[in-house]
Amino acid sequence: MAKKIENVGCPFCGVCCDDLVVTVSDDGKKILEVENACIIGSTVFHRAMEDRHALPRLRQPDGTFKEISYDEAIDYTAKVLHNAKKPLIYGFGSTNCEGMAAAAKVAEKAGAVLDNCASICHGSSFLAIFDNGYPSCTLGETKNRADVIVYWGANPSHAHPRHMSRYSIFPRGFFTGKGHKGRKIIVIDPRHTDTAQVADIHLQVQQGHDYDLFDAFRTVLRGHDIPDVVAGVKKEQIVEAVDIMKKARFGTIFYGMGLCHSDGRNHNVDIAISLTRDLNDFTKWTIMAMRGHYNITGPGAVWSWQYGFPYCLDLTKRDIAHMNPGETSSVDLAMRDEVDAFINIGTDAAAHFPIEPVKHLRKHPWIAIDPHPNMATEISDLHIPVGIVGVEVPGIVYRMDNVPIQYRKVIDPPEGVISDEELFERIHLRLCELEAEDAVNVPAKAAPEGVRAGE
Amino acid sequence: MAKKITLNMITQRSVEEGVGIVKGKMTPDYFEACSIIEMHDDDVRALGLVPNQLVRVTSECGSVVVKSIRGRQALYPGLAFIPQGVYANQIVPARTQATGEPQYSGFPVTVEPVAPGERRKSTLELVQSAVGMWKGDQ
Repeated sequence: MAKKIENVGCPFCGVCCDDLVVTVSDDGKKILEVENACIIGSTVFHRAMEDRHALPRLRQPDGTFKEISYDEAIDYTAKVLHNAKKPLIYGFGSTNCEGMAAAAKVAEKAGAVLDNCASICHGSSFLAIFDNGYPSCTLGETKNRADVIVYWGANPSHAHPRHMSRYSIFPRGFFTGKGHKGRKIIVIDPRHTDTAQVADIHLQVQQGHDYDLFDAFRTVLRGHDIPDVVAGVKKEQIVEAVDIMKKARFGTIFYGMGLCHSDGRNHNVDIAISLTRDLNDFTKWTIMAMRGHYNITGPGAVWSWQYGFPYCLDLTKRDIAHMNPGETSSVDLAMRDEVDAFINIGTDAAAHFPIEPVKHLRKHPWIAIDPHPNMATEISDLHIPVGIVGVEVPGIVYRMDNVPIQYRKVIDPPEGVISDEELFERIHLRLCELEAEDAVNVPAKAAPEGVRAGE
Repeated sequence: MAKKITLNMITQRSVEEGVGIVKGKMTPDYFEACSIIEMHDDDVRALGLVPNQLVRVTSECGSVVVKSIRGRQALYPGLAFIPQGVYANQIVPARTQATGEPQYSGFPVTVEPVAPGERRKSTLELVQSAVGMWKGDQ
């Protein structure tokens, strides 16, 4: 008799849908059916069992892989970290908070740089939030209260397929009983995206000119005149949009990579926050980053608690953390050839970094930790397979609105495959042993010269 | 003389690319989802392309061959789109404006029809060749 598991969390995007129903086989080893998920979420579960390795694979001199034991892989990784002057541990978008905390212990012990995918994603949002605050809310508040929704440089139809139906446009909430009929949707994007198709107003901003348009919004909001066309958008359209936003009972601006990946980066987010603040002189407005992976908000929360910084953590001075994006960010470090070992965990840097930093990083030992083979594993010296969080490994993840959710497992991982958390705990243990061995081999420091007080 | 035009490139997510990622970056799904370029009809006409013709896209830091398709999500003339991922990242400049974030959107590229005999490469060939590990199809 197949078993239905309810309220399963989806390990793909930042929406963190936790209403999935997964049917598993009698022996609990196979996933038979996935209900409520989008096409991507459903594929995550159905592909979970395919193309898996049960043992770590070590690159041989002839370029092929040879399977080795987990103990050997852990020893290899610990030695790479121990011998490197400045290793980089990067990724974490797709693992649980327990794994992130364990990895931070390893980074501190190894004197590494610890970075997560926000570094190439919503990192500039952090910079803007540090400068200008974050008047945000939870997705529940948006669902229950918002009557105007703005998507700026975000395309949830593609990147967060159920965002609109669960939280923003379509759901009927406590004060929004009419669902989408009671809401106004404004989409600002240089493309007429699938999200723009469902909008009441689409402003086709000129790519890279979001700052100008935000500035025009603020100017109109404060009662001043603007030129006839700003950033490719007509004055009348801007005035109309601002009027709708001003008359809202509750509004949320969801923004995405259109702001963070274009010229201006954090300044685009900065002025979006300023616009939100201005709107709060008239009515209630909130703003939220459309975080990409299901737990990319996690490392920000976990490491801020551990070290005071959310990403780009330089732990080369061990527990004295230092963060300065541009200097301690993965891509910049790689381009300056400042790191001499690379661990890719819960992401695929070889596919998602521009190819130049990949070339630089590959000059040094490259270890990939991932349940499935991907670009990072296929150019690695060592691939360590782990269990899939949310499918085979339970754990805490943070949704895009900073709400922690307990994910569950629905099937067992392949026999012998361990979790990210266990892997990093064991690497940490091995690093401690290596340090202790060093201490034995290096002679103890002589007593300081001079005469002690009192003698 | 083959025609060549300069466009402003953006690389962002598509749902097909999302499905491709979870199916695997070495699957045909990912290949078809990511090795494409979308342009405005005016630009396609300026290049004299027929549907599904291969083009070479070149930026300040690299070059990649992709297939020109007519997308569902309209762009304005002068703007081009390649879904994020292995193909886009062959041409994305690594400059970060001191934020850590590369220039994934808003960088100039030239687009031209490919020379005869050129083909789209597999993801593995692109990435492994870049780091000197490609040994040819197994």
